[in-house]
Amino acid sequence: MQIEPEHHDGTSDATPGGEADKRRPGELLFAIFLTVASLYLVWDAWGIENSFGPNGLSSPRSIPLATTVVMVISGALVLLKTARLPLDRTETVMKDILPWTVILFAGLLMAYGMALKTIGFLPVSAVFLVVAIKVLSRRSWAWAISIALAALVMIWLIFRIVFSVLMPAGIMPEAELVQFFRSLFSGGAE
Amino acid sequence: MTALMDFFLVFTQPQLLLLVGLGTFAGVYVGAIPGLSVTMAVSILISFTFSWDVYPAISLMIGIYMGGVYGGSRTAILLNIPGAPSAIATALDGYPMAQRGEAGTAIGVTTVMSFFGGFIGIGVLALAAPFVSDFALRFQPRDYMLLAILGILLVGSLSQGSLLKGIFAGALGIAIGAVGRDPLTFTERFTFDLQLLNGGISFIAVMIGMFGVSEALLQLHHVNKDAVRQKISRIVPSLATVKKHLPLSIQTSSIGVIIGALPGTGGDIAALMAYDHAKRVTKNPERPFGDGAMEGLVAPETANNAAVGGAFIPMMTLGIPGDAVTAIMIGALFIHGLNPGPMLMIEQPDMFWFIVGCLVTANVFMLIFGLTGIKLFTKIVEMPRSVLIPLIMLLSIVGAFAVNNAITDVYWMLGFGVFGYFMRHYGYPLGPVILGVILSRLLDDNWRRAIISEREELGRFFWGIVTSPLSLTLFVAVILVFVSQTPVWRWGKSKLFKES
Repeated sequence: MQIEPEHHDGTSDATPGGEADKRRPGELLFAIFLTVASLYLVWDAWGIENSFGPNGLSSPRSIPLATTVVMVISGALVLLKTARLPLDRTETVMKDILPWTVILFAGLLMAYGMALKTIGFLPVSAVFLVVAIKVLSRRSWAWAISIALAALVMIWLIFRIVFSVLMPAGIMPEAELVQFFRSLFSGGAE
Repeated sequence: MTALMDFFLVFTQPQLLLLVGLGTFAGVYVGAIPGLSVTMAVSILISFTFSWDVYPAISLMIGIYMGGVYGGSRTAILLNIPGAPSAIATALDGYPMAQRGEAGTAIGVTTVMSFFGGFIGIGVLALAAPFVSDFALRFQPRDYMLLAILGILLVGSLSQGSLLKGIFAGALGIAIGAVGRDPLTFTERFTFDLQLLNGGISFIAVMIGMFGVSEALLQLHHVNKDAVRQKISRIVPSLATVKKHLPLSIQTSSIGVIIGALPGTGGDIAALMAYDHAKRVTKNPERPFGDGAMEGLVAPETANNAAVGGAFIPMMTLGIPGDAVTAIMIGALFIHGLNPGPMLMIEQPDMFWFIVGCLVTANVFMLIFGLTGIKLFTKIVEMPRSVLIPLIMLLSIVGAFAVNNAITDVYWMLGFGVFGYFMRHYGYPLGPVILGVILSRLLDDNWRRAIISEREELGRFFWGIVTSPLSLTLFVAVILVFVSQTPVWRWGKSKLFKES
């Protein structure tokens, strides 16, 4: 099977799918959200008060206010343009914009973020990787668990030992683990 | 003499040499693996290396950047998937060559030409930057302000096509950059009375969310697609082939340096323009363009690598990033206490020459890694997305947390990741958001300085612009970039052509 380059060119700014002269499902709602949020930000920027003088052109309000006004104008124009476009009937929200895998992974990431501090990096990451790899690969649990654990050990060794990144230990005795690995590596020298 | 010593520093310290090599090696693979981008890799890397000494951190990042720009061509040739935007033009002739069983030749020519283009770009950087920097010392605060607006506008208008969406994204970035207490007056801005917003939003969290998590979520749409496999034969190109394409490569390298040096234009545009140039000047190609013409490989590859050196010119001398990757590189320099701009060349010329040295080293490593290890390469590139996607997500979380050891940064990162995912789906470019976040402070500070110096009178401010040739040039450029993207311009142009 060949990857379709028109759907994904591997770049960060790639616009996935969609046609220029058609409105994608949910696009109008997104444009409305951006315009309304921008309006709220204008109101909030207007409320910025200079603690040391008048709210003149050099006050801390000026750039936030100017920027949010630009957001409202450009957002509203995008909204108008989007509203005029015919809806692309070949696409659906559930198939092309928010398939169940994306919803599941967004949920998994949120759960990961919430559990990270209390439970700790190693157990939460292990569960996340096993579930994620199992769901995406649709292969056996044994395969998913072995790949996930191997990857996690690699990441942990590189970032905890080499880069000295301190991740939340949670319920894991991480300090003892680090000590164990350090003594393992320095064992030959002693 | 001191400059020469700083230039050679990277060659004399094995640790730095190793890091540049490691970075270039990793960059080639990051650039080549579909789903990983240099922007994403450098943004995640910043969070891990911010506690390092500045020299090793910069060595690693420059290696990744240089290797990544080249690496994108590999998958463009082998899989018809450009690993980076700058390799889009490479796929046009590289993939047809691979389909004919000439993948090895295509990779070899690409590598040598990238190396050649890279050297020309670095050479121009070394020669031109000190002069540009001297010139930039004459810049007034209003010039910096105009330059920042120009940079955001150019990236917005060039990256996706919709100027309005680009402007919205740039403005959103500036607003995000303004969150927190104003550094001059300590006034709260966009904090919504929330304590956690007083310190602002970490731009690394925004960056990793937008380029890491949103990319990973997007990749979920393509999880079941497998890569095609190509047979690879001899890689090292013959001297005759290199000699034959030397004149074209000099022309396209020059295009690359000039385009790369303009704020808002990077390797992708340079590569497309060089490809177009090659099509026009090559009279009798051995194969037609689009069907495996060697010139169609030489032109974009020399140009996009030459553009790296070019892009470093405004970045190092003016502090203005050309695109999302250079914006992130500026962020990295800031984190390490460096202040890219004209003063960098005066206060820390050692750092400039060290960076030039790193670029040269990375270019040499790129040639070595480009011409070797092809078997390992095909194995790594074929890594299943079912493993790659969760790993990108995990690295994004670790990266966001590592900067401040703050769980709030992880939440911000996830929030911006989901938001960025929708932005991509609906055609809003992400580059201007990051540029906006990074340039927000520069824009805000210089606007306030400029308007204070004009006694808060807009009339005097605009008179100052009109009477200064430099400010006027920048102002006209801002207006032109804006107007040229509007329907009024298109209408005027079509009318003019009709009449003529």
